[in-house]
Amino acid sequence: MKTETWGIRTGSEVSSHDRLIGPLRVAITGGTSGLGLALVREFSARGARVAFLARHAEPVAKVERENKNTHGIVADVSDKDAIYPAALQIVGELGGLEILINNASDLGAVPLALLADTNCEDLEKAMATNVLGPFRLTKALLGALAASAREGRAALVVNISSDAAVTPYPKWGAYGASKAALRHLTEIWNQELSVEGVRFLSFDPGDMDTPMHTLAVPDADRTTLKTAEAAALELITAIETALTGPHSSKQNREEQRV
Amino acid sequence: MIAATVPLQRSPRAKVMVVDPSGQIRDLPRTALIDLIQPGELVVANDAATIPASLSGVHLPSHLPIEVRLAGVPSLDPDNREFSAVVFGEGDFHSRTEDRPQPPSLAAGDRLQMGPLSAKILHLLDHPRLVLLEFDHSRDELWAGLAHHGRPIQYSHVPVPLALWDVWTPIAGPPVAFEPPSAGFALSWQLVTEMRVRGAQFKTITHAAGLSSTGDPELDKRLPFDEPYRVPQATAEAINQAKSSGKRIIAVGTTVVRALEHAVHEGTIAAGENLATERIGVRTQLQVVDALLSGTHEPGTSHYQLLRAFLTDAELERLTTELNMREYHTHEFGDSVLVRRTFNKLAQDIPSRCQHVANLVCSSASGYRLRHRSI
Repeated sequence: MKTETWGIRTGSEVSSHDRLIGPLRVAITGGTSGLGLALVREFSARGARVAFLARHAEPVAKVERENKNTHGIVADVSDKDAIYPAALQIVGELGGLEILINNASDLGAVPLALLADTNCEDLEKAMATNVLGPFRLTKALLGALAASAREGRAALVVNISSDAAVTPYPKWGAYGASKAALRHLTEIWNQELSVEGVRFLSFDPGDMDTPMHTLAVPDADRTTLKTAEAAALELITAIETALTGPHSSKQNREEQRV
Repeated sequence: MIAATVPLQRSPRAKVMVVDPSGQIRDLPRTALIDLIQPGELVVANDAATIPASLSGVHLPSHLPIEVRLAGVPSLDPDNREFSAVVFGEGDFHSRTEDRPQPPSLAAGDRLQMGPLSAKILHLLDHPRLVLLEFDHSRDELWAGLAHHGRPIQYSHVPVPLALWDVWTPIAGPPVAFEPPSAGFALSWQLVTEMRVRGAQFKTITHAAGLSSTGDPELDKRLPFDEPYRVPQATAEAINQAKSSGKRIIAVGTTVVRALEHAVHEGTIAAGENLATERIGVRTQLQVVDALLSGTHEPGTSHYQLLRAFLTDAELERLTTELNMREYHTHEFGDSVLVRRTFNKLAQDIPSRCQHVANLVCSSASGYRLRHRSI
């Protein structure tokens, strides 16, 4: 209920004015719950065209119905064979791409466990979803992103991070290690491809009141948690800063001037 | 030449045979490519991603199995649902296309079911196996159907089924090609970023590369079919600038040559979308492209014919002899050639006459190449 009110409010307030976000084509993984869903709604409300991925057909169809200019794609980012077909659908349906947000994440062992009690399979699952999936999807979509950069448009990959990527919290081993790897990849991608005008950003949304947080910390006091909607707005602000700020790449600025 | 049978885009053993503007031939490892690109030169590649355009299915009127190979589109309009297609009978890529059984007799109005996708034959395109298809689906349904049911078009020289990642070049973006623009397999991001660092430029066009072979002699004679392409503004500007300052244009792939030589009018490349209808060959006077990085091609193919715009027949024969002698690999996963244009019909006659004439007269009379030559 809360999110629906939010969606309508935001939509009517900003949909016709958002010159920066409105023209963008955005791909979001994990788009049917939590932060991913809030992002799909916010980008859609601001006039952007959105392709989103999630594993289950029913919620994908529902989110697509409820948000204009969105394209739902049923795919599991941890499945190697699903990535290129999903990339085909993303670029085919949107006609190009400016922003990729690797948001879909896996906690590893649930309930959270000491590493000594974590099954290899749980670590593998966290790595497949949080590291390999974003790596593969970025590779598959890099051509479309670099084409945007060459043509003077935005080209940005946002990888959703966590404070667990930086601080080694006990019981968050599988998740934390995978997010640390993702954060490291993000920085190296960014250094290697800055000459192409493709930028990479790690974004830590903080502790949010999402289904994943409930899985991790079932007895958390939800009133102390940030809403996914608030985190989505912060992320979009971070994207706006990245696209307009002094750090936007040299080549991009030069091409935009042409 | 030897068929490359392993789907490996950038084999560490890949080679490139270079033909210099003087006609001199060199045999180099492909890793040396970066040293062959000079500061100021502009490298233009085709950034099309490849659609999994082979669809197994059933011809509903006869209930007989078919393979449909999507072959072309009239435009790059993303809402397009009409495709030209070559229809094969039963079987798949394991058989040589020449040996494939004929499809059932096809007629306008026939319906085809291909996994989740259904389509109607609008009409035949002057050949019993070449049809214009209209799909029944929304754009999103069509992409989902292609993503889940389509397979990359492939030929019997590669025995393992290809995955999409095998046929997407590293720079693959818009999915509009029906076969990979495979000259781009030689590109790596290392090469692309390094050439920028060294002062060369890298730009792209998007060209909907179609079928390279159908196995039917009559149809093969009609290849390549018309192919839509798009030249981005940034690419058009870079080419026009490079040309006016006498910098060389290196095309990665025959599709880039076809598109750019079609897009040039009175010496200037215009940005935007168009349909490449002409074939590049011995009669073509190249106006834009100075050099071509391509795969190796057997005599008789349309790709081989295209090289005749760059080289004299004697040079082309010598190149083919060298490729055979040095055991180069051919087809999409094979080795490469880098051919600098060794002659130009206009350049042979006119520059000597123009050298002392005002530059403007030459450039307005015959375009880029002369302006470049007569500076």
